[in-house]
Amino acid sequence: MMRFSGKTVYKGIQMGPVLVLKGNDSQVKRDKIQDADAEVERVGHAVEKAQQQLKKLYDKAVKEVGETSAAIFEVHQMMLEDEDYLDAIHNMIRTEMVNAEYAVAVTGDNFSEMFAGMDDDYMKARAADIRDISNRLVQNLQGKEDIDLNSSEPAIIVAEDLSPSETVQMDKEKILAFVTVHGSSNSHTAILARMMNIPALIGVPMDLDAIQSGMTAVVDGFKGEVIFEPDERECEAAKKRMEEEQEKLQLLQSLKGKENITLDGKKINIFANIGSVGDVGYVLENDAGGIGLFRSEFLYLGRDSFPAEEEQFQAYKQVVQMMAGKKVIIRTLDIGADKQVEYFNLGKEDNPAMGYRAIRICLKQSEIFRTQLRALFRAAVFGNLSVMYPMITSVEEVQKIYEIVDSVKAELDGDGVPYKVPEQGIMIETPAAVMISDELAELVDFFSIGTNDLTQYTLAIDRQNEKLDEFYNAHHKAILRMIRMTVENAHKAGKWAGICGELGADPELTREFVRMGVDELSVAPSMVLRLRKAVREMKTED
Amino acid sequence: MKNFSYVIKDEIGIHARPAGLLVKEAKKYASKVVIRANGKSAEATRLMAVMGMGVKCGQTVEVEITGDDEETAFEGMKAFFEENL
Repeated sequence: MMRFSGKTVYKGIQMGPVLVLKGNDSQVKRDKIQDADAEVERVGHAVEKAQQQLKKLYDKAVKEVGETSAAIFEVHQMMLEDEDYLDAIHNMIRTEMVNAEYAVAVTGDNFSEMFAGMDDDYMKARAADIRDISNRLVQNLQGKEDIDLNSSEPAIIVAEDLSPSETVQMDKEKILAFVTVHGSSNSHTAILARMMNIPALIGVPMDLDAIQSGMTAVVDGFKGEVIFEPDERECEAAKKRMEEEQEKLQLLQSLKGKENITLDGKKINIFANIGSVGDVGYVLENDAGGIGLFRSEFLYLGRDSFPAEEEQFQAYKQVVQMMAGKKVIIRTLDIGADKQVEYFNLGKEDNPAMGYRAIRICLKQSEIFRTQLRALFRAAVFGNLSVMYPMITSVEEVQKIYEIVDSVKAELDGDGVPYKVPEQGIMIETPAAVMISDELAELVDFFSIGTNDLTQYTLAIDRQNEKLDEFYNAHHKAILRMIRMTVENAHKAGKWAGICGELGADPELTREFVRMGVDELSVAPSMVLRLRKAVREMKTED
Repeated sequence: MKNFSYVIKDEIGIHARPAGLLVKEAKKYASKVVIRANGKSAEATRLMAVMGMGVKCGQTVEVEITGDDEETAFEGMKAFFEENL
C-alpha cells in the first residue's frame, strides 16, 4: 500500500484501475526490406494521416481549452513538415534498406536526443514533442489508432503532468480521476477537471516508476489523498464513501426543479457559465435558471478569418432558442494578446493581461464589434438575450459603446432587418470599475462581477503562475469589500448585480453573497445543484 | 546578398511556435534565408534546425538572404522578426 497526499482540484472519491501515462513507446522491430520506394511512400501516407489527426485534435482542443493551449498541435503539424526530419527518415530507409517503422523510431530518437541535450529547459521539453510525433507516425504505420481510452476500462489517470492538450485527447467517459506529480490549481487542466466533474489531485509526490498500470487506487479528493494498492480495510472504506457520495448526487438530482431559496425566504438566481453551444446541454441537465456568462470567443477561435454576422447570428439564435425563454447573457468578444488569434494581428505584448484586449479591441476596431452587435441584436428577437461588455474601466467607454450601439441600430433600421436592443450590462472585473460603480450603475442595466480578473488585478497575482499559489487568497477581504460595494451601488440605482467568476461557486462564500444581496451567481453547470442545496439549507440571519 | 541583425526580444527565445511561423515566412521566398547565432547556423526553412540553435532572449541573430527576390525577402523577414520575436 502506498499513500500520498496532494492538492485537491476537484472533490470526489473514486476507486479503480490505474492507467499510468508515460508517453507511449511503441515496440518497433528492425526488418530488412526490398522496395525502398514503397517504404518511403508508406511514410508519406503516415505523415498525411498524422496531419489529419493533428488538425482534428487542434480543433477539439480549441473548442475545449482555447487557442493558446491548442497551439501545441499546430507546432506538431509543422514539425511533421520538417525537411531534415523527413530526409533523415528517407535516407535511412534507402541506405540501410530498413522498414519505415524502424527508420522513424530511430530518427525520432536522434532528434529528440538533440533537444534533450540542449542547455535550455524550454528546448529540452521539446524532446517530448519529437517523441510524440514519431510515436504518432509509428502508430499510423502499424495501423494502430490514436491512443484512445475507448477500448480500455475507465481508469484513474496517473501522470507526471498533463498538458491541456493531453487532457483534451482523452475520452471523458473513461476517466475516473486525475492524479499528477506537477500542476497548478489554476491551470487549464485543473479548470477542465472541474468542468468535467472529475476528481483530481495535483502536486502528488509519487514515484511513477513504482506505479504500474492495472494497480488499484483510491483517489480521495476530500482528504486530498491517493492510495495505490489499498488493503482490504481501505477498499471497504472507499466503497462506503463512494456509496455516500452517490447518495449525495442523487439528493442533488432530487433538487432539480426546486427554488433557490434560503430557510428564511431569501431567493437568488443560480445561472451557468458556458463557452460553446455544445455546453447548453449541461446547463439544462443541471437545471440552471439561465446562462449568466456565455463566452462568445468560441466563434473567433480555431479559424483564420473573422466569423461573419450570419454565422454569429445563427449560433446566438440557437442558444436562446434552446434555453426557451430563460435568460442568456452573452459576453462580447474577450480576446487579447494572450490568446494569439492570428487574423486579429494583435502583435506581441509584454503584459497581455493588462494589454490590448476585450472591449479595448472592440472600441478601436469597431467594425469587429459592430458585426457582433448586429448578430446579437438580431438574435435577441428569438428569446431572452442580454449583452454584457467585458473589461470596462470608465464611464467614457460605456458612452462610446452606446454611440456604436446607436449607429448599429440606425443601420439595422435602414436594412429593415428585425432586431431588438437587449438588456445591456457590464462586467465588473477591474478595480477601477468597482470604484466608479455608482456612476456606471446609472448607465447600464446590470453588473456581472468577474472575480477571476478582479482578483488578479486587485492582488497583482498572475493566476497561471503556480509559484504564486501560496500568496493567492481567493477570500481576500479586499475582494469581498469590492463585491459588496459593487452590489450596493447597483441596488442604489435600481439595477441588479451578479457574480460570474469562480468565486461564485465557492460554497464557503455562498451565505455571505446571499446576505450581501447578490442577485445572481453564475457557476460551472456542475455546481448549480450543489449551490442550490447550500442555499436551501442556510439562513441569512443567525 | 542582403543581411540584417536582430536582437531577440521574446522571453523564451525562438521557441516552437514562432520558429514554425519563421519557417512558413521563409518558405514564401525563392531566396535562401540563413540565420546565424551562437556560432551555429541554419536554413530558415528548416524548423528543427532553427529550434536546435536554441536562440534565447537578448541574443543577436544574423539573417542572410541570397537570391532573386532578396529585396522582398529582406523586407518580409525583417518585418517578421520585429513583429514576432
